[in-house]
Amino acid sequence: MAQHEVAILGVGMHPWGKWGRNFVEYGVHAAQAALADAGLDYRQVEFLAAGETIRNGYPGFVAASSFAQALGYTGIPIASNYAACASGSQAMEAARTRILAGLCDVALVVGADTTPKGFLAPNKGERVLDPDWLRFRLLGATNPTYFGLYARRRMDLYGATERDFAHIKVKNSRHGLSNPNARYRKLYTEEEVLASPLVAEPLRLLEICATSDGGAAVVLTSLEFARRHAASFARIAAISTITPTYPDTWIDMPKFATDSAAGVAAADRGFKDSIASAAYEQAGLGPEDMSLAEVYDLSSALELDWYENIGLCKPGEAERLLRDGDTAIGGRVPVNPSGGLGCFGEAVPAQAIAQVCELVWQLRGQAGERQVANVSAGITANQGLFGHGSSVIVTQ
Amino acid sequence: MPAAKPRVPAIENWFTMDAEPRLLGLRDPGSGSYFFPKDVAISAAPGHAGAALEEVPLSRTGRLWSYTTNHYKPPDPYVSPDPFEPYTVAAVELAAERMVVLGQLAPGVDPTRLELGMEMELVLDTLFEDDEAEHIIWKWKPIAA
Repeated sequence: MAQHEVAILGVGMHPWGKWGRNFVEYGVHAAQAALADAGLDYRQVEFLAAGETIRNGYPGFVAASSFAQALGYTGIPIASNYAACASGSQAMEAARTRILAGLCDVALVVGADTTPKGFLAPNKGERVLDPDWLRFRLLGATNPTYFGLYARRRMDLYGATERDFAHIKVKNSRHGLSNPNARYRKLYTEEEVLASPLVAEPLRLLEICATSDGGAAVVLTSLEFARRHAASFARIAAISTITPTYPDTWIDMPKFATDSAAGVAAADRGFKDSIASAAYEQAGLGPEDMSLAEVYDLSSALELDWYENIGLCKPGEAERLLRDGDTAIGGRVPVNPSGGLGCFGEAVPAQAIAQVCELVWQLRGQAGERQVANVSAGITANQGLFGHGSSVIVTQ
Repeated sequence: MPAAKPRVPAIENWFTMDAEPRLLGLRDPGSGSYFFPKDVAISAAPGHAGAALEEVPLSRTGRLWSYTTNHYKPPDPYVSPDPFEPYTVAAVELAAERMVVLGQLAPGVDPTRLELGMEMELVLDTLFEDDEAEHIIWKWKPIAA
């Protein structure tokens, strides 16, 4: 079993949406919900870690300070973390390591974002040394462009169909229907999905995740502290925040080219596979021990890749898993019971934390109509721009 | 007739501007690894950070790894024609370098006729035009086309 566990004493979220208010407000709302859930007062928090937002000016870059100030400065140390979509996991890892080092017993982790409309765009200005700016300038390679490349390749290699991709969206829309924190609560049919406009062929508008406002928070504590405060609690058994191993032969955002495998041989399995396997190794658990998973469905098709990346099946078998209903609630290993990004839209620094909130509610049996039966452990997986792996395993 | 505008690369030193254009990469003679673009002039192969890299033209041809057609206008700094026209981005695998390189699909190629694995070659085309110049970029084109 895991050697380095911490307790998750409380979780909380601010509903996702397009509210247009200050991101600090969502973060504070989520933090207060998580503290109330834990039965703790903010003055008991000894360390605060936050995921940064790069779209809200200076207060976003120093997000941990912005939240600490709004909650009422108590003098505690803080850490702001940026790792794109993996920011929340890095913040949780900062809190976990501090607890495990014995430097504190109670840590609060918060992520929140307020997002502009439309495509995620690079920072402004003439930024000829910034590959993220250049890929838009020289190629028009938006984020959905990369999702489209992966989806097309899946169709060619594994026989995925446009209907499979639509099926993912429909499945997740059913999952998220009753989730009070989800932004989109509408049950779609495959026909509706397939009738929505093409964005990055073969992917359509209803299959590409939107950008959202939202906030999520967790209260992490040492096991000793948790035992004194609660009869039972969920535990973090692993947090993987790994980077790729050279050569990374997958064309990840925001790259123009993959690494070359001409000189140094590539590993048999790629970066996205290694993210979850590092988490399994830490936890002393395997895919067969997982009751459910929350994965990063930036596009509907990407969810199929994740089935394989987190070891639910072998490469090329994801379509069968989907078609057999294994990954729907009621199936063998439900994926994205929260509704996933398809129902939430992405609030970058909050999303990895929100994935953990869902696992905790599922473990406690508090997920209402979307409750998965007999949950004993779950895994989250995502990947942030520029090689940020993120996977968390939560157990009873 | 207005005088023809000068043709300038949309980015300096990433590719050659001749009739048979080549992307310009770096090669680490020690590890045998290639790098594109040359944005950080150090070898990214672990243990080779101090290597003296040599500039090399990359293979002009490769095989189609995947492709996608964008139907929505991207945000700045992409310069879209007005009205916006869908465009295709292709990922092409270079055999010798064992790497996949992105580029837009050359104009006049019907993306519905693309097949993964088909042989592609590098060509030059206009990325956008402003008052001063025609800004040129590399694109991928099926050899059979």
